[in-house]
Amino acid sequence: MNKQNERVVITGMGVVAPNGNGLEDFEQALRNGVSGIKHHAHLAESNFACQVGGIPQHIDELKHDYLTDEALMAMNEAMIFGAIAAIDCWRDAGLAEPGDEPDWDTGAIIGTGISGLDTIGQKIIPLTDAGKVKRLGSTMVEQVMASASSANIGGLLALGGQVTTNSSACTTGTEAIANGYHSIQTGRVKRMLVGGTEGASKYSWAGFDAMRVLARGYNDNPEQASRPMSASAVGFVPGSGAGLLMLESLSSAQARGARIYAEVIGVDVNCGGQRNGGSTTFPNPTGVQRCIQTALKHAGIKGTEVDLINGHLTATMADPYEVANWQQALACDPADFPKINSTKSLIGHALGAAGGLECIASVLQLSHGFVHGSLNCEDLHPDLQPYADSVVHKTQASDAQILAKASFGFGDVNACAIFKKFNP
Amino acid sequence: MSNDVFEQVKEIVSPYCKNKEALESATADTSFLEDLAINSARLVDIVIDFEDEFDIEVSDEEADKIRTIGDAVTVINAKT
Repeated sequence: MNKQNERVVITGMGVVAPNGNGLEDFEQALRNGVSGIKHHAHLAESNFACQVGGIPQHIDELKHDYLTDEALMAMNEAMIFGAIAAIDCWRDAGLAEPGDEPDWDTGAIIGTGISGLDTIGQKIIPLTDAGKVKRLGSTMVEQVMASASSANIGGLLALGGQVTTNSSACTTGTEAIANGYHSIQTGRVKRMLVGGTEGASKYSWAGFDAMRVLARGYNDNPEQASRPMSASAVGFVPGSGAGLLMLESLSSAQARGARIYAEVIGVDVNCGGQRNGGSTTFPNPTGVQRCIQTALKHAGIKGTEVDLINGHLTATMADPYEVANWQQALACDPADFPKINSTKSLIGHALGAAGGLECIASVLQLSHGFVHGSLNCEDLHPDLQPYADSVVHKTQASDAQILAKASFGFGDVNACAIFKKFNP
Repeated sequence: MSNDVFEQVKEIVSPYCKNKEALESATADTSFLEDLAINSARLVDIVIDFEDEFDIEVSDEEADKIRTIGDAVTVINAKT
């Protein structure tokens, strides 16, 4: 009976996304259906079948506004994306600029799917194989350790709570939110900076291209390449960026008069065990449904109370199965299915950062009363026809109170977070 | 001892310095760690930059003895 049951709210967000850096630009891009997917010459040069991807723009100029030359010498792309998002999130939460004393009340869980592969591919492997180990210098370890970004951010913000990295493939960002939620809900810490960051290294994307799971045939039409829920979906578009949220106990947020975007009312993380049709790359449907249902139970709501779904919806053959799993989990008729969209239609699939970026899109929609259109699914997949009225094609106003977000990943792992419009 | 080398060393260490003011008024006795507040791990990178800039090789033993700008200038002048 020592359960503290602190309520957990979101008091800050920071975003570096292919279609917009910073909350304002990102929200405008969501509202206006701005795609961040472009053709990239370096992918063409390496003979990728999928030569389109989502990469945040103007970072080379932007990074100098946030980071010193000294810091930048030891930072790869994922670390830079993460640091910019973290600093923005910190300021958005209205917290004081870091000083000489650590903030013992704030920790961080900054997830990543594939860490530092640009550093490994461009520096460690070529120099080591050439017998020039000495020339690697001092900055390799801090850039390729799995916790590279969380460690860097812990220093930038002088964090004094637990500072760590989680990794569970494409579930990572949403899992970080679930983990941070538990730390606050049980009263162990006041604030947790949570989410994910992922670089855009071609070395990360090559393996997916070779698996033939990336979108082919859209190299000349990049903005049409990411097609979740579409009959013509042929694979996902790789993305990158960082999305970080400041989770905070309601009591702490109220004590300092912080602005509250939304409340996290339930979370769950599980694994389908790669049984019952599940495998490394395909989910056990029972695992997905249990994850969503456990999050709903934790939130103390019925499936029919969910107004909006921000799906995982990557634009592979799995999309119709995902929607069927949502319908089973929510126990509603297809005709009563909540509104649903896919943020990946605009930014691609940012792997370990996807959950963080999409949770920010979710919270912006809930907090600011809109649902963004899901691009490129005018030709809805035939199996999704029963849900046709629920699929949001064009941005519309919304008075939704409850949004469910889920992410799924290789390894048959699942995470679900339930967000609610804040009512004191 | 060449003043040019002294200025080049200052330029090379500049991006690593957390105390830029100390660098402005640096002398041969200015230390990398205490005065310029350079992260000790980065001395490795500074030595690599010396090797590249002056086309020299600096052994680990020599590198370990470089504590001030003057130390660096002495090592570099002995090799160029």
